[in-house]
Amino acid sequence: MSENHAAHVTRPEILHAPSNDAAGFAVTAAPLGFWAKVYANGTVRKSVLLVLLAAAWEIYARVLNNSLVFPTFSSTVGALFEGIGTGAIPRAGAYTLSLLLKGYVTGLVFAALLTAFASVSRIGADLLETLTAMFNPLPSIALLPLALIWFGLGDGSVIFVLVHAVLWAVALNTFAGFRTLSPTLRMVGQNYGLTSFGYIVRILIPGAFPSILTGLKVGWAFAWRTLIAAELVFGVSSGSGGLGWYIFENKNQLRIPEVFAGLLTVILFGLFVENVIFRTIEQRTVRRWGMQH
Amino acid sequence: MVSPSAPSSGTSHAIAPLLSVKGVTLQYRTGEQMVTATYRVSFDVLKSDRFVLLGPSGCGKSTLLKAIGGYLQPVEGEMLLAGAKIGKPGPDRAFVFQEFDQLLPWKTVRDNIVFALTASGKLDKRNAIERSLHFIDKVGLAKFAGSFPHTLSGGMKQRVAIARAMAMEPQILLMDEPFAALDALTRGKMQDDLLQLWEDTKFTVLFVTHSIPEAIRIGNRILLLTPHPGRTKAEINSAGTDTLGADGELTSARIQRLLFERTGSIADV
Ligand SMILES: Nc1ncnc2c1ncn2[C@@H]1O[C@H](COP(=O)(O)OP(=O)(O)OP(=O)(O)O)[C@@H](O)[C@H]1O
Ligand SMILES: [Mg+2]
Repeated sequence: MSENHAAHVTRPEILHAPSNDAAGFAVTAAPLGFWAKVYANGTVRKSVLLVLLAAAWEIYARVLNNSLVFPTFSSTVGALFEGIGTGAIPRAGAYTLSLLLKGYVTGLVFAALLTAFASVSRIGADLLETLTAMFNPLPSIALLPLALIWFGLGDGSVIFVLVHAVLWAVALNTFAGFRTLSPTLRMVGQNYGLTSFGYIVRILIPGAFPSILTGLKVGWAFAWRTLIAAELVFGVSSGSGGLGWYIFENKNQLRIPEVFAGLLTVILFGLFVENVIFRTIEQRTVRRWGMQH
Repeated sequence: MVSPSAPSSGTSHAIAPLLSVKGVTLQYRTGEQMVTATYRVSFDVLKSDRFVLLGPSGCGKSTLLKAIGGYLQPVEGEMLLAGAKIGKPGPDRAFVFQEFDQLLPWKTVRDNIVFALTASGKLDKRNAIERSLHFIDKVGLAKFAGSFPHTLSGGMKQRVAIARAMAMEPQILLMDEPFAALDALTRGKMQDDLLQLWEDTKFTVLFVTHSIPEAIRIGNRILLLTPHPGRTKAEINSAGTDTLGADGELTSARIQRLLFERTGSIADV
């Protein structure tokens, strides 16, 4: 027995006198080296990737040497600046954007109404679920021929398909967010004796904000793609065209660098909205509140 | 307050109870089934009481507290707060829950309290800020007034919830196992702090727990509930520490016996 325990040496107890050694630890930020800092910055990493992609594009296009099929990066950028210079691209962009906003906002209004109805009654909830199940899988662009019959050639039919693109994603996500709000938070909200409107605006909406934001993002992405497709394929709005129309028209005249410039604009704008606008909203809200990581 | 015909009735209380629960039966309807959570529970809470509801898990303590909070209507019996029948949830009864997610994550510590005060119409914004800072200081979180809840530890969140409920200055504080999810060390500290706060303002609190030591520590009066469905088993006094009673039995042992003794002959085996 005692041999087995021989390995266990009795050790003295250790008591540390309180010291201030660690006092500095809590506050000093460990300084990162220059490269570590650069690498830690997501924007820098992504920018480097973009530059590499652009270089690859340039090299491939030069090797291919057929500007009717695949223009070089530099000529595309040239066409882009030229388009901006003549005002063709900004005009097309502004047109597309205004149409998009009209459709988006109208879609949001309908989504709010539908969700409100769904929140107050069981029939409303059933209606929302049924409609969403039916229409959500239907690509909005597929409704355009029908919309053209109903609303004629012009903004009306485009807005109609945009509403369809936005409505279901936003309503579904918002409603799901309302439903999954923790019962404790609900009870806390009720404890303050808020009116039902106050309760929705001050408890339900912020509480469901992560889901709502997801809905807004998905809705935006759907709407943006739908709109470009609608302009491109149907050239819906004759007269003053948007970005899709700009691409379509230039393709008809075989000005391929301009086509690429139009596409680049679509990409840049999409990136801007998704990575700058929505990212900022996200950082100021759900991330700051620790509701999403 | 006292009507001329009153004195002939019960003489046990010199003062009218603040909260009076009379023969309350609470049920949940789940699909086709009815689950009875509590059956004909009665008790009176006096002003400045630290009244503890103690019972095994599932005996309907939370359900009872939710009913007093107004979240659930009794199927039988009635509940009166300061003589008025309890209806919907309202700021005259402030809740502290067991869950850590009871703070609004989109508001800072200070704004959680300010919101409670302004949304319930108790104070205007400026006074609400002042009072919120006062109570944040009281629970020892002055440095964290501007922090968002997700950056706090569990114990700190519960402190904020307590500060928020106290700042409302409700007629009665309803606490549903507010310390149950905390470690033993923090828990003891929080119990002491709660008693300290009580010394300051002598608020009335209805406190739910399933820990016998916590009930003895916190309460001046303890209601024992039987296992599912909850019925009142006994209502005893507590001196704040586990003392020997007149019969030479420790309070904790007595509670243990009362809670778990079986009725009928089997108990004698
Ligand atoms: N939402 C609900 N729907 C149906 N039954 C419920 C619901 N909540 C509680 N119950 C039932 O009511 C009874 C009492 O539950 P309650 O939560 O009040 O117990 P408790 O005493 O608070 O237990 P614990 O100490 O574990 O918190 C339980 O048997 C439970 O099954
Ligand atoms: Mg409970």
